[in-house]
Amino acid sequence: MTRSRVAAALLFALLGTAAVLFGDRPTGDNGDAPQIAADIADPVARGAYLALAANCRGCHTARAGVAYAGGRAIPTPFGTFYAPNITPDDDTGIGRWDADDFWRALHEGRGDGGEPLYPVFPYTHYTKLTRRDADAMFAYLRSLPAERRENRGHALRFPYDQRWMLAGWRALFFTPGVYAADADRGAQWNRGAYLVQGLGHCGACHEARNALGAIRSREHPAGGIVLDWYAPALDVAREAGLHDWTHEQAVALLRDGQANGASTLGPMAEVVHDSLQHLEAEDLDAMVTYLQALPARDPAPSPPAPATDATIAASRERGGVLYRDHCADCHGRRAEGRSPAAPALAGNRALTMDSAVNPIRAILYGGFAPGTHAVPEPFGMPPFSAELDDQQIADILNWLRRDSAAAVVRDYDVRRQRTGPLW
Amino acid sequence: MKAALRLLAAVVLTAACAPARAELDTMAQRMRACETCHGDRGRATPDGYFPRIAGKPAGYLYAQLLHFRSGRRQHAQMAYLLDRQTPAYLMRMATYFATLDLPYPAPPVPQASPAVLARGAALVRDGDPGRRLPACTDCHGAALTGLQPAVPGLLGLPQDYLAAQLGAWRSGTRKAREPDCMATIARQLDAGDIEAISAWLAAQPLPRDAHAPAGEVHGTLHCGSLEPTR
Repeated sequence: MTRSRVAAALLFALLGTAAVLFGDRPTGDNGDAPQIAADIADPVARGAYLALAANCRGCHTARAGVAYAGGRAIPTPFGTFYAPNITPDDDTGIGRWDADDFWRALHEGRGDGGEPLYPVFPYTHYTKLTRRDADAMFAYLRSLPAERRENRGHALRFPYDQRWMLAGWRALFFTPGVYAADADRGAQWNRGAYLVQGLGHCGACHEARNALGAIRSREHPAGGIVLDWYAPALDVAREAGLHDWTHEQAVALLRDGQANGASTLGPMAEVVHDSLQHLEAEDLDAMVTYLQALPARDPAPSPPAPATDATIAASRERGGVLYRDHCADCHGRRAEGRSPAAPALAGNRALTMDSAVNPIRAILYGGFAPGTHAVPEPFGMPPFSAELDDQQIADILNWLRRDSAAAVVRDYDVRRQRTGPLW
Repeated sequence: MKAALRLLAAVVLTAACAPARAELDTMAQRMRACETCHGDRGRATPDGYFPRIAGKPAGYLYAQLLHFRSGRRQHAQMAYLLDRQTPAYLMRMATYFATLDLPYPAPPVPQASPAVLARGAALVRDGDPGRRLPACTDCHGAALTGLQPAVPGLLGLPQDYLAAQLGAWRSGTRKAREPDCMATIARQLDAGDIEAISAWLAAQPLPRDAHAPAGEVHGTLHCGSLEPTR
């Protein structure tokens, strides 16, 4: 256990004992939140769309399991969570819940017994939803066939398994409150903010979290490791910022899974496939409007590796040779890409951003871009986990990153990605 | 002059790039993602565990792709590659590999003893009526090259792969659609049977006609995997 982990655990325990004194500080609904899918009159159908936009099904469905019947394992630094059954089964699902119970879960992050819920359930985002939207989602979930499936208890490490201590976490990091429109911004921006900050809970992955799993800053989505992938910052041009893209390119990335030389992989490919590609054009437009208007940040890159370091120079040299043997056939001799089969890697920010986690995983496990309405037969990257060893993958990346300020990749960076579930 | 040169360069570049683009926009290029494990166009690698997929019946391949996603077959890497694709694309993948007609290499020299190979040959050809074990040839074709559209051939596969599949069926980590006749059969096999069957199968050369013919399955067991894949 690292020192920061120990400190985090201690802090968690301390907060828990102290903070039962603190209450949540709810803020009211101003009644000015954007109306999503307002043209759908039937609450069940509207709820179905909202649940799709929130991708509830993604976490609440096990592989080959009944939709929404729970059971998917969500690995986190605190242990493994198992998403619960949210079909209307009386004993194992939410069959005995009423709309107030559902509202309390989404808005206040409390279970039907009033117990605080773990924030792996993104109520820190869903608290922004209006009561009307929550009621529609509840009506939709109630309309599903009841599936009897016992919930599996979370497997968390001490002290995170002490649920009562969440009181402290909530006092520090959670303020319930329905989305309040920003009067200085247009309707489209506000709609996008409601979708990105609330329903779509983009920040659940794309915002940096502190050692206690709390999002550091709601205003600055800064990226972080989630589900073993690096969710890049949405407000930094050399990560996933969309500021320099055209509106249409940005919409295409969210809707089609690829655009402008970029492809979604890993958990984001799942989000595109299961959720974003099905959204109304006006909702995607609104999200992009909001994302492109995020205040851009330009954090200082990590200091470049000294060019005189012989081991780095040797790694790059080996990487160039390995690149020619294993990669150039599809990606081109100079990593310029070969459209439409393989994207350019030279200058590709997926490779040059400081974190090397995603390109390491792309080389180890390959992957296809998501199959979408616009791109039903995407090209795929082969997995190289058996063919290349840790040092070889690090060498290839160091060669590809040689002209950027990105951190040097070491064999242990690759080794760390060889275990754990694949998303 | 400069403008003319630029135009010439543009024409030459376009001419050079256009066929390259069309040449790349193919199923063959898309399926290169499969080749690091399954070999060049799915013909397997010489020293690998991973099976040849070229020329297997399309219905069988499509069912396997769905099984990796549903967990009937457990392979995290395969599930990861297939999870976010449409059934129509999976069917295209299956059809692509099924239609590849590539030569088979000579089988490896068997490492097993003659006694083991003889036991394997007997089980494959005759089964074991005493244990109500059908012969492999009852369902997989007299030449063991499979039957269209859903029964795979058993030749040209590595011994390790064959043994692992029978073992996985026996332990329940690999499943077919119910009723799962292969599970019924594999549960009758002991470790010695599995070693003998896989050793003998892996050592057989392909017949001159290695294609899976259309034909009737002669087995007495009812197999869900023979129903059309929905």
